[in-house]
Amino acid sequence: MTAAIVGAAESTEIGTVALSSVGLAVDAARRALADCGLTARDVDGVAMAGLNPYLPTLLAHSLGIEARWVEATMVGGCSNLVHLARAVDAIASGRAEVVLVAHGESGRSHHGGAAWRPSPDSWPGQFELPFGTAGPMTLLTLGARRFLHDRGATPEVLAQVVVVQRDWAARNPRALRREPITVDEVLAAPVVVDPFTRPMCCVSTDAGGALVLTSIERARDLPRPPVAVLGTGEATGAAMASQMPDLTSSAAFRSAGAAAFASAGLTPADIDHAMLYDATAHLPLLALEDLGFVPLGESPGFVTDGHTAIGGSLPVNTTGGGLNYTHSGMYGMYALLESVRQLRGEAHAQVDGVQVSLTHAIGGMFQSAATTILTNALG
Amino acid sequence: MTTPPSAAPKRALPVPTPETQHFWFGTAAGELRLQRCLACGDVYFPPQPWCPHCTSDDVEVFVASGEATLYSYVISQLPAPGFAPPYVVAVVTLAEGPRLLTNLVGVAPDPDALPLDLALVVEFSTVGDMALPVFHPSAAGGAA
Repeated sequence: MTAAIVGAAESTEIGTVALSSVGLAVDAARRALADCGLTARDVDGVAMAGLNPYLPTLLAHSLGIEARWVEATMVGGCSNLVHLARAVDAIASGRAEVVLVAHGESGRSHHGGAAWRPSPDSWPGQFELPFGTAGPMTLLTLGARRFLHDRGATPEVLAQVVVVQRDWAARNPRALRREPITVDEVLAAPVVVDPFTRPMCCVSTDAGGALVLTSIERARDLPRPPVAVLGTGEATGAAMASQMPDLTSSAAFRSAGAAAFASAGLTPADIDHAMLYDATAHLPLLALEDLGFVPLGESPGFVTDGHTAIGGSLPVNTTGGGLNYTHSGMYGMYALLESVRQLRGEAHAQVDGVQVSLTHAIGGMFQSAATTILTNALG
Repeated sequence: MTTPPSAAPKRALPVPTPETQHFWFGTAAGELRLQRCLACGDVYFPPQPWCPHCTSDDVEVFVASGEATLYSYVISQLPAPGFAPPYVVAVVTLAEGPRLLTNLVGVAPDPDALPLDLALVVEFSTVGDMALPVFHPSAAGGAA
């Protein structure tokens, strides 16, 4: 362990917010700095990613930061997890002392930043878009019917994921969808892409988030309980969702997860709490299997038996997740922030005794993935 | 000065690159063209002049059978330019191995009519200047 998260915050508001994408990130960054008692003058490294390649510059300019280390790796919704790994390396090598990782997206209101659309001469533009793919809800879900078929499961398990996470969301006053819901109600809701109904697809919000990292040594002198980065992993997958060798299991999930466990020196049994990126209800099922929390094929039973629910053996998506809480387009930052809150003991739906939390995120349409393991046990 | 009428967004159409134009010339000629590596035998898609399995550039273009099976699909209710929901967005496994994302035609967009592994045959749908490969259930019926 060489670096720790010492400051962490979401944007002041999430949902429908009168700020641009960059504004949401800067708002969260100011709050994260206040959280750890540091100022923009203390920051010498910046990381941020989106469609604009100069986001780290905008972040630095907006806060008067003079950065000597810059990171803008853009690999979709898992980018912030990758930034975190890079930040640890930068702090370890002395290239930066205090790193600010920020994210902001006007995902609902679309202030200051157009939505991404593949170019018509790209692979997705030639071989997916002409067939009526309408973004993540069509592409992430392509293999779900095969997933359910191969596991002898039905769309009921997708509804079960929603019900379990809605129970977590009910404890989170910032969640968009908080009202209790039943499996039958989820199944009877309007269809978005069969077999997915509306509650099985994530909310769309404006949101921002930021993390401040520094060395473990310096972290001990700062006001908030340090959260150390114990392990990280990242991987690329197929260039198009339709070209995955197996659409019921992600090679990128498996590689990123295995690398994170190896670098942390841990196994899935050591994880007390997990945030598993859930743009759609089947993604946490894939992650449970691909990261090795359950054997291949056993994720439906694991969720149905209540293991991921309140009081379960592996609390998952304790904010309510992207399905209920917040999702601005690239969700990884919000998953990381909940892992930090759980490790600090300050989550809305606090789980008792969390010492090791895992965050796992997808990038694009299974094109990349990253896994981060955090701990509050600094030894 | 008059305001130009706002045109409805048109269906997205592929724009070939040098690496992919043999595929789109093929669909225009009523052929589904794939590539095969002569070094390792891998049959692959999407089109590129080197093998994604062994990196050899000793590759050839050949005409696929057009036969496939239904691997997985969604029935989309989402608006997409040129489509009237509900429509089927499917991933099919070609007899030669590679998978394609495509649409299913000549069959109701209904899960009861679309069991996984259903046997399919390619046809070509002309949209604007392009011919797109789409699939219908094979006359023989049943799962392959």
